[in-house]
Order: sequence, then C-alpha cells, then structure tokens
Amino acid sequence: MEEKENLVPEEQPIEPVDAVETPEAEIADNAPLSESEAEVAAQEAEEVTYKEMSPLRLVMRRFFRSKLSIVGIVMIVALFLFSFLGPPIAGAFTNIPWIADAKAEGHSLEAHVDRSHPITPIEDTTEIKDDEGNTIIVVEVVSHEGDLNNLADPSGDHWLGTDDQGMDVFVRLMYGGRISLLIGFIVVILETLIGIVIGGVSGYFGGWVDNVLMRIVDIFNCIPTLPILLIGTAVIDSWGLEPDEQIYVLMIIITLFGWSGTARLVRGQILGLREQEYITATEVMGLSTPRRIFRHLIPNVMPQLIVSMTLGLGSVILYESTLSYLGLGVQLPMAAWGSMIALADKTEILNYHMNVWLPAGFLIVIAVLGFNFIGDGLRDAMDPKAKK
Amino acid sequence: MFKYIVKRILISIIILLGVSIIVYFLVRLMPADYVDIKFASQMLNNPAVAERIQEFKELYGIGDNSFLGILKGYFSWLGNMFRGEMGDSFIYNRPVEDVIGQNMWISFTIAIVATILQFLISIPLGITSATHQYSARDYVTTVLTMIGIGLPSYFFAAIAIKLFSQSLGWFPNSGLLTPTATYPDTFAGFMQKLGDISWHLVLPIFVSVILSIGGLMRYTRTNTLEVLNADYIRTARAKGLSEKTVIYKHAFRNTLIPLATLLAGILPSLFGGMLITEKVFAIDGIGNLAYQALRQGDIPFIMGYNMFLAVLSVLGTLFSDIMYSIVDPRVKLS
Repeated sequence: MEEKENLVPEEQPIEPVDAVETPEAEIADNAPLSESEAEVAAQEAEEVTYKEMSPLRLVMRRFFRSKLSIVGIVMIVALFLFSFLGPPIAGAFTNIPWIADAKAEGHSLEAHVDRSHPITPIEDTTEIKDDEGNTIIVVEVVSHEGDLNNLADPSGDHWLGTDDQGMDVFVRLMYGGRISLLIGFIVVILETLIGIVIGGVSGYFGGWVDNVLMRIVDIFNCIPTLPILLIGTAVIDSWGLEPDEQIYVLMIIITLFGWSGTARLVRGQILGLREQEYITATEVMGLSTPRRIFRHLIPNVMPQLIVSMTLGLGSVILYESTLSYLGLGVQLPMAAWGSMIALADKTEILNYHMNVWLPAGFLIVIAVLGFNFIGDGLRDAMDPKAKK
Repeated sequence: MFKYIVKRILISIIILLGVSIIVYFLVRLMPADYVDIKFASQMLNNPAVAERIQEFKELYGIGDNSFLGILKGYFSWLGNMFRGEMGDSFIYNRPVEDVIGQNMWISFTIAIVATILQFLISIPLGITSATHQYSARDYVTTVLTMIGIGLPSYFFAAIAIKLFSQSLGWFPNSGLLTPTATYPDTFAGFMQKLGDISWHLVLPIFVSVILSIGGLMRYTRTNTLEVLNADYIRTARAKGLSEKTVIYKHAFRNTLIPLATLLAGILPSLFGGMLITEKVFAIDGIGNLAYQALRQGDIPFIMGYNMFLAVLSVLGTLFSDIMYSIVDPRVKLS
C-alpha cells in the first residue's frame, strides 16, 4: 500500500491534461503542489497537442466520417421507426373507416379485411352509325358492388391500396418490417453465440477437439442452404403451429443452418491470438480456461464479429423473405415482405396493381442496403490498418 | 501435394456422409410424401385406394416413418450410392443421375454466360472504383452494385418481367420455346430454335448478372485497394512507370490472386442451377426441378440434388485451395 501512495505524486502532473476543460475548482486543488511540480504540469500541458480518445470514440469518429455509413444508419433507423411506431400511429387515425372498423371488431390492423362494399361503375361505350350517317354513342353504365374492398388503388383510406384479400398494403408493410427485423436480429445473435462457443473452443484447444468441431462446421457449411431451409420449413409447417409460434421455429431453423460461417471466423481469429504474449500472461496468472477464452480472447474478436453480424443481418432478411415468398416462411394472415411480393405471380397483380408488390421489394432493398452500408463503415472504422 | 489431396478427399467423404444423414432425415420428416400427394384426389373418390395407400408407400420405400424405418431407408439409399445408383426419381420414373444430367445443361448455359458477363463487368468496375477511391465514380458504382446485392431475385425478376416482357414486349417471360412455334427439321430450323431459346434466356441471364456483380465488384475493389498500398506499387511508381502500366500490369495481376478463392463458390453455382430464378421464369433447369421435387416429396431426386451440390462445394473448396497455392507460391498446402 505504501508503495502505491508514493507513486501518486509522480502521477499527478498528468492530471491537468484531463482537466483542460475542468473549471477553476480543479486548478485550485492543484495549487498546493510544490512549484517544481507545477512547472512539470504546465510543461506537460503545453506538450500535449493531441486529444486523447478512447478506441470506441476513435471508431465512432471514423465511422461517421463515411457518408455511406450515415446513409445506412438513417435507412435502418427510419425502417425501425416505420415498422415499430407505424402501427400505433396508424391506430390513432380512427377517422379512417377501416381502422375504426378494425378497432371496433378488435382485429389487429395487420390482418383486418376491409369489407366495405365498394361500388365500381363499369362503363361500356359503343358507337353505332345509322343509315343517315349519324353517329350514335351508347354508354352503358353498370355499377358493380364488390364483397371486399380488395385490390383497391391507393387512396386517402388505404395509402398504398389493398391486396387481393382486402388488407391494407401500407400497414402490412409495417408489420412485415417488424417480422423481418426481429427475425434478422434474433437469428444473427443466436448464430453469433453458437459461433463464439464452437469457434472459441475449437480454436483454443486445437488438436482433436478442433478436428472434430471443424468437420461438423464443414458439414453444415456444405449443406446447400436454400434447399435445406425449404425442407426444414416444410417440416415445421406440418406441426400445425400457430403462425406466430411458427416464426420462432423458423428463426431456429435459419440459425441451425447459418452458424458455421461465424464459427469459422472466430476459430481463425483465435488461432492467431492464442500465440500472442498476453495470452501466455493469462496462463501464467493462472486464470481459468473459460475465463481466458471468453474474457480475453473473444473480446478481441468482437470487431470482426460485429462487422460480420451487421453484414449477416442483410442476408438473413433475404433468406427469410425468400422463404416467405415461397409460402414457407411467415404464414398468412401475418404479413411478410416476401409473401407480399409473391402476389406478383398473378399476372393481373403484376401488371395492374404494382402498389401491392413493388413497395415491399423496395423495403427489402433498403433494409439489406442499410445493413451493408453500416457493416462496411464499421469494417473500415475498426480496421487498425486504415488511414486516420 | 499428392498426400494432401488424398487426405482432403478422405475428409470430404466423411463430410459428405454427414451431409447426407442430415438431409435424408429432414427429408423423411417432410409432411406430405409423394404417395399422399399423388393419390390425394383419387383417395377422395375411391376408398379402395385409401386402403392400399400404405402398400404404395412400402413400394416406394417410405412406409415406415419411425426412427428405425428412416435409418433403414437411409442405409438402403447409401448402399445404392456406393453401387453408383442414385435411385429412380418418383416423379420422372427415371434414374436421378439421368434427370440431373439431362436438365443440368440449360442451367449450366445460363450460369456460364452469366458468370462470364459478371467477371467482364465487375472486375473493371471494381478496379476503377478502387483507383478513384472516394470519388463520385466510386460512390455511384458502389451504391448501384450494392443495390444489386440487396435485391431479392424473385423481386428483380418480377420487375424485369413487368418491364421488358409485359410492358415493352421485348422478351418472352417464361419457358424456353415459344409454344406456338414449329421448327422444320433442317439446319435453318435448328438455328431458328436455337435463336428462340437464346431469346428466352436473355431475361434470366440479365437478372442473374445484375444480382451477382455486386459481390465480385466489392471483392475486386477491396483487393485492389490492398494491392495499391503495397510496396512494389510504390516502387513501380518510383521507377517512373506510367500510371496505366502500374495499374494494369503490376496491380491488376496481383488483384487476381485472391480471386482464385472465388472458385469455391463458382463451381456449385455453375452446375447447381438457380432455384428461384428458374422457378420464376419457368425454365426446366435443375434448380426448378429440385424445387418441384421438394414440393412433391420426390426423395431420391432431393437427395441426389443436394448431394450433387455438396460434392460440388467440397470440390470447389479443394480446387480453390490448390489454385491458391499455384497462383501464390508463398502459400503452402499442409
């Protein structure tokens, strides 16, 4: 203890560096220092022409310097607000008839079918020329009353119209976004957890453990992703789960066939880090193995992991929407961007109701693009070789 | 080298066994099997069929869905595999290898043309984007190609069909041949048929090129940036070589080294077909057949297709490792 106290006066001169912005009280505290020490302090303060920054701040600064990463952040934040705040805000518009109906019937806005009976006039014009050369124009007007307000064009009530079931496209986009973002984040976090454990153990222990674990990783890596996801989702389809329960199983299936890349990345990094001196030091200090792996090795892999997680989010969203497109992912009446685009398989919708399928595709592009921009920005910002 | 390859092939066999076990068990757990789907309509009208359905299932070897039954099915499939038979496809009633062999070529044609175009477009784009880093050109190419990465294939295919096929009417939207056309049995007729097929392939190829240039372009860009920072590039510039020589002679060749690793991914995509794109354009390539097989529970075909892809990806990884050691002598195989 005594030794430490002795160290204090020597360290003190550094204080003013931190205290550049601190008010007079601090300086007053420092006043009782002996003159020579005060001089040293002043000298140090003069010499310090740089600003000390924590690694995190350095990364943030480099990250926000890139325009693309800012664009990415804006895109993702907008998407989050749209998907998570959108439905409650939409619910407040009770002056729109269909929203009022949905509230009265206790339906979720997502699956509410607009049963207002729209009356569409159909006009048929025929031109007849009589013997005297006069043109007679006959206009037949038949008004058609539909059961559902389906495939409606965009209007004040339905901002992006309605789909073939009479559900509001704009509101379904919000709920579809919730699903995509939720599945994306949960799957990527689960994949990373599995990848850290398997890759960490494999890279740290090496030898036969590494051999066995890496062969398992190879097996999962070799299974063709899309076909196996189709098979897997078809299997869970048969369990007869509720649509919202099925989503959780869907996440597990996507995770199960997606973690191998992360495990490989972690293992590769750890193989290199294991040989460094500070790990030998932890060994000498007698730290337990799990502590060495998870406290001292894994945090050093985090930068690469965060980048691969961000980039992975985009690809998980693509897989989820592809499965939903094929009717195997998120099930009706729940909304998913993929299944909204699937409506374009009908030629009529493809050609005349682009408001139904086009926006969902754009949102997928925005989501994937946003995560890719952020991931790229993070990679550049965290790369120690990068220029300042 | 030889020892290394033998060892790798032995490991690959273990990996492929693992893949086949996982795929087989999952496939057998699929809800609707082939017999159920095939006889669904007959069962409704004819109770006699319903009674014999189990018999049919036994005939197809999918009657017993207990764990032991699936295990037995797996070993009989594996035994056939070792004898070089992949079994008969339920849907087509022909050996799976025949079906794959016959329909692979149309997928291969699309893929090879698309891959060549992809390389021709994305490598120059990646290089200019790297040499003009942070310029407007860099941003525009990066953003445009990234949009390509983010586009779901079925969505972009729908846009392409809507625009070029439905609205403009330039290209047909599905199939390989115009249904109404007849082709005389002459050389001219053959050429006509060939022309018709290529006309039908324009949109699928266009879609797959646009979706794939992004990845390769970014890869080239990153590699080029790394190479441009290398010491030998500074040396080349210091020698007073023109910027053109520096980039196209010294930098360009070295950017190609990491591209050798791309071989691992290209091999499966060349032969394996594109499930979604082929389905959207209704082209009878191997990807679309696999999709139909998945939907109808054609177990031998699903197994054959998945194993075909797994073999391709194992081979691709092996080739890319060997290639890497050839193009870059510093890399030693061990």
